[in-house]
Formats: sequence, structure tokens, C-alpha cells
Amino acid sequence: MTQPQIEIQLIAAVVAVACAIPGVFLVLRKMALISDAISHSILPGIVLGFFITHDLNSPLLIALAALTGVITVVLVEWIQKTGLVKEDTAIGLVFPALFSIGVILIAKNANDVHLDVDAVLLGELAFAPFDRLSYFGMDMGPKSLWIMGIILLVSLILLFTFYKELKVSTFDAGLSAAMGISPLLMHYGLMSISSVTVVGAFDAVGAILVVALMIAPAAAAYLITSDLKKMLLLSVGIGIFSAISGYWVANLLDASISGSMTTMLAFVFLIVYLFAPRKGLIAVLYRQKQQRTEVSLITFLLHLNNHSDVNERHINHLQEHINWQRVRSQTVLDLAERNNMIQIESDVVSLTEKGKEFTDLALEYIITNKDEKIEHMKDDFFLFRG
Amino acid sequence: MTFREYFELLFTDYTLGTITLGTAVLGAVCGMLGSFAVLRKQSLLGDAISHAALPGIAIAFLITGTKDSNILLIGALVSGLIGTFWIRGIITKTHLKTDTALGLILSLFFGFGMLLLTFIQKQPNANQAGLDKYLFGQAATLVISDVVLMLIVTSVSLVILLLFWKEFKILLFDADYTKTLGFNTKAIDVMITFFIVLAIVIGLQTVGVVLMSAMLLAPAAAARQWTNSLSVMLFLAAIFGMFSGVFGTAISASQDNLSTGPVIVLVAAVFVLVSFVFSPGRGLLFREIRFRQNRRDLKLKKTLQLMYDIAKTHENISHPHAIMILNDFQGFTRGTLRKLEERQWIEVSQKSWMLTEKGFKEASNLFSKNPSNDSATD
Repeated sequence: MTQPQIEIQLIAAVVAVACAIPGVFLVLRKMALISDAISHSILPGIVLGFFITHDLNSPLLIALAALTGVITVVLVEWIQKTGLVKEDTAIGLVFPALFSIGVILIAKNANDVHLDVDAVLLGELAFAPFDRLSYFGMDMGPKSLWIMGIILLVSLILLFTFYKELKVSTFDAGLSAAMGISPLLMHYGLMSISSVTVVGAFDAVGAILVVALMIAPAAAAYLITSDLKKMLLLSVGIGIFSAISGYWVANLLDASISGSMTTMLAFVFLIVYLFAPRKGLIAVLYRQKQQRTEVSLITFLLHLNNHSDVNERHINHLQEHINWQRVRSQTVLDLAERNNMIQIESDVVSLTEKGKEFTDLALEYIITNKDEKIEHMKDDFFLFRG
Repeated sequence: MTFREYFELLFTDYTLGTITLGTAVLGAVCGMLGSFAVLRKQSLLGDAISHAALPGIAIAFLITGTKDSNILLIGALVSGLIGTFWIRGIITKTHLKTDTALGLILSLFFGFGMLLLTFIQKQPNANQAGLDKYLFGQAATLVISDVVLMLIVTSVSLVILLLFWKEFKILLFDADYTKTLGFNTKAIDVMITFFIVLAIVIGLQTVGVVLMSAMLLAPAAAARQWTNSLSVMLFLAAIFGMFSGVFGTAISASQDNLSTGPVIVLVAAVFVLVSFVFSPGRGLLFREIRFRQNRRDLKLKKTLQLMYDIAKTHENISHPHAIMILNDFQGFTRGTLRKLEERQWIEVSQKSWMLTEKGFKEASNLFSKNPSNDSATD
């Protein structure tokens, strides 16, 4: 690996971590799309800042652009408060307008601005190592690494200092207000950090990838765990992994680094979405099927309980009586028999002691209708699940 | 180029005419279909879909190697639809919320599209330039066949809209009820979504991926402020969209260095702003005016109530009282007295006032639930 290669991966990893941390809270607060809005609407801020400083990495530019980001949030909230349009429409109205202003500002001053809308939106990580910071003639490494490093450091410090406050205001705004922790302050604090992160990162990876880096790792981690600390760690891990593997994919295909980092993120998310234990698509579908069978089983047992007549309990009769397909009936019968709830003698089904006990409890559950009870019952009685 | 030159050119210059017609039709169809997105709380779906269309364009190009916009649009349509249904899968099957699902699909598909676009650019194929016009849109590249396509999409969606008007409307406002009536809600839902995706896809070439969602939302959000009727809203949204297209094209054509897409979006934003402030029913301006009027009315009636309390202790309600005794009461000014007199609730003479018959009745009815008078209407 050459030095620029190492530096690119380092920058990518730092950006990924810096984005993942606010991203987790945005996803948990159902405000993921705010990051998209901010990433677009900082454009006029960047352009204005660039007119003043003529330096894409100047702190003033970053501050100005971050301010535009916060203004976006305030504007969106103000429109929401008027009640004229629904919440998401407010976001959709604000950021394209601000973005358009930015594009027009660039277009009108195209001659004396070395700023490209493509560059803002898509970024180019490959050039990042060549824009270096020097201090008294000494090479201090790439500028964007410094910028993102400082942003990361600040957000880490804030995270550790205000972890408890952030946690409580995210999950229960009312409780946090009652405890004297202003949810509003936390909200705007988070918004400011997100804005600063987006602005700092857009130069390196582009506005769209910032959104991906914020949302995708957090969403994937959220599918795996429900513990905030684990979720933070996991999303940081996923971010770093996609950043570095994305770089090598880009190297292989000779294509955009930020594009392939996003593609790696998409890949990771797809895997998690499909295979996450308990919350992934396959697990959910499997559980739904299991529950369908188990509900059928309970229906079946209740039916048996209600009919003492031998005719009603004959296997062939059941099929037409409850109106199940052949396969379905077979599954349910098998499950009931494996769990020792029924016994079949010369094609007549009858409940065992255990089956009777379970049916009575199930009946009680149906009458009182308390959801949490049925799962315990199933745990107690079932040797095999549906 | 000045505006006058522009309008002269509009009817003589073929290209300009095509572009103007194209943006007008696009604005109209987006406004019309966008109304559904806005009312179904799917405003940002448009943003997600337009980004999700990008990889489809790139893949269509990679497979066919042509830049024929119709083929690329089919690719965009397919990948937009995949994105939409994946969003739905994430929302219904996992505990991730709508905003996360939208943000995910938007950024992940777009990133993948960028990967493909940069990959294409590095290919030794002279044909590739111009794919990035789908990023920001270039109205200038509109040709007559594009406009014809837009017209076809518009008329097909109009016909479908009229045919299934009842179904669309009932699904919008009460989905559960629709289901109990025995309509196939899933099919209607897919149909609406399909047309929204279609509208987005045909707009990509003109206004680009990033600004497409505003084309869809802004006219509908503006139209919503003026009416509570779905058909009127659709009609208004189409008109607003059309004018945004026409004005946007006019402004960008009459200035140098102005790309059409952003200008159209800003014109639409102006429509929204004006509607927010000036719409008579819901607008901020009239709301504020009504608010102040109510407050003034309330103050006036408070004074009247005080007078009533005083007058009530006398046998003759029109017994004159000194204005002085009202001084303890803070809400009263000369202006209030004059207003009360205008409404013939009191009569003022020199230094005293007296309650009239009408004023007495009004005051005694102030707290009863069905006021039997007409003065409450002003």
C-alpha cells in the first residue's frame, strides 16, 4: 500500500465513524431524513462561505454551512408548526428550494468559482490526500483528515459527556423534560453536530454518501440489537468495514470511491436485512409462519375440546369441518402429536391430559386477551414449535 | 435575451417551444400525481424514488449501450419500482421506520448508481457522455419525442384517474373503509404508486434526480392551501405545476448561466410561499387577521359584560352611569366606547353612558350557548 492509499482509507474510516455516531440517534429519533435535507441544503452555505474565504476547508465556511443546516431544521420545524402541510412535506419543500439557490449561485458565478455541484454532491475521496496541511513548512497530513478528526473528537467528547442525557431524551422526551434535561437543547445539539459532520464530510465523500454513512450503519445495527451501546459500536464497526472494503472495490473497478463505499453499505444492509436474527426478513417470515401454525393448533385443540362426539373427531371429518387444506391439517396434527397434546386411535383424535390443560389455559387467554400470556404458555407446553 | 425577445422566440424558435411545452406538460402531470403523494403522506417517497432510479439508468445503458432516452427511462422505471417495493418491505417486515427506510433506499441506490456511472465513464466507449444529465437535469436536451412521451403518460394517467376516480379518492381518505367495501386496496395502491414513479421517471431528464421531489411536492402543497376538494386540488396543482414549468423556462432562458431545473423549483417554491401566506382559508395572513379580530371582539364584549354587571343592579337598564366608574376596568378606552356605540349596544353622552335594550340583550346572552342574535357573526 502506498501512503496516499493508507491515507484515503484512514480518512474514509474517520468519516464513517464520525457519521455513524449522530446517525444512530437520528435513526432512533425517526429523523433520518433530516440528514438528507441537511446534506442538500448546506449547498448555499458552502457557496457563500466559498465566496468569502475562497478555501473549501476554511473553518468559517464550515461554520457558515453548518449554520445553513441548522436553519434548514428550524425552517422545517416552523412549517410543520403552522400545520399547513404534513410533516414530511415540509422537509421536501425546504431542501430542494435551498439546494436550487445554491446551484443558481454557483451557476451565476461560474467564472470565478472553482466549485462544482457534482463535487459537492458526490465528492472525490481520491483527491483528498493531495490537499495537505502544512505548518511552518512541515507536512502535517491531509487537511480533510484533520478536519474530520477534529469533528470526530468533538462529537466523541460530547457523546461521552451527554450520553445519559441523549439516551433519555431520545427514548422518552417527556421523562427527560421532567428530569430537568431539556429535550429541545439535546435536539438542537444533535442537529448542530449532524450539520457540522455533514459539512465536514461532504468535501471528502459527497453529500449523498454522508446520508448513506449516517443512516445505513445505524439501520443495520438496529436490526441486530436493541441495546444503545451495542448499536453505537456495531454501527461504527459496519461503517469502518464498508469504508475500507469499499475503497478496495473501487480500486478493483476503477470507479468512484464514495459510490463503491455506498454499495458496500448497501450490501451489508441487505445481508443484515435478510439474515438478522429475530428482526431480519427471513426470521420475521419464519416467525409469521410459525405463529400461523400455532394459532391453527390452538383453534384445532379448542375444536376438539368442544366436541366429544366421535364422529366430529374423526380425522377425515376434521379436514372438511375446519376447512383446512390437506397439508395444513397434516402440519397441525403432527405438531399437536409431537407435543403430546393429542392421541390418535383408529383415526379418531382425542385430547391428552396435557392437551386439555393447555386448551383450558388458551381459552382463558382468549377471554382475558392479554397478549404477553400466550408466549409464556407456549414456552411452558411446547416441546417443538410450529 | 430579454423577456420580450423570449416571447417572440417562443413561437418562432422550435427548440425553445419544445422545451417550454415539455416543462409545462411535466409540471402539470407532476402536480396532478404529486397531489396523491402529498395527501398519502408519501411526500418524500418521490425523493427516494428519483434517487433510486439512477442505477436503473446506468444498468440500462450498460446492457444496451445506447443513449436512447426511452430505454434508459425503462431502466429508471424498473429500478424506481424496486426501490419503492423494497421501502415497503422494510417498513412492513422490520421495525425500522418510514424515514429510515426512505433514507436508506435513497442513499444506497444513489451510491450504487454513482459507482456504475463512474464505472461507465472509464469504459472505452465514446457514447457514454451525457448520462450525468440525469443528475441535475438539462431541459435543453428535450426533443419533441420526449415531449410526446410526456403527453402520452399524461393522457394515460388522466384516463386512468378518471376511470378509477372513486377508488383513488376513497383509498386516500379512508383505507380501512375501502377494504371493508370490498375494493382491492392493494391493486389501487400499486396503481397510484406506479403512476407516481412514472411521473418521477419522465421528469428526471428535465429537472434531475435531486430536484425531482420538489416538482412533485411543491405544486400539490400550494394547491392544498386553496381548497378542500380533491378534484379542485388536482386541477390547481396541475395549473401551478404548469406555470412553474413555463415561468421557470422563461426566466432561465432569458438569463445566462441559469439551469432550468433549479429555476423551475424556485418558481414553484414562490407559489408555495404565496399560498402559505395569502390563501383565504388556511393562509397565515388571514389566520392572523382572524386571530386579532377575535381578540378585539372578546375585549369589547368584556367591557360590555362589565357594563351589564353595573346596569343590572338598577331597575332601569338605560339608567346613565358616569364613564369615570369604568376607569377601574383596564380593557376600556375611548375607542372601545365608540365601537360599542357603533354597534348600538350603548349610548354615550358627555360624561356618562347607558346600556341600550340591544346591548342588554347581547350581554345577557354572552355566556349562553346558543346566542339568538346576529352580532356574533362579525
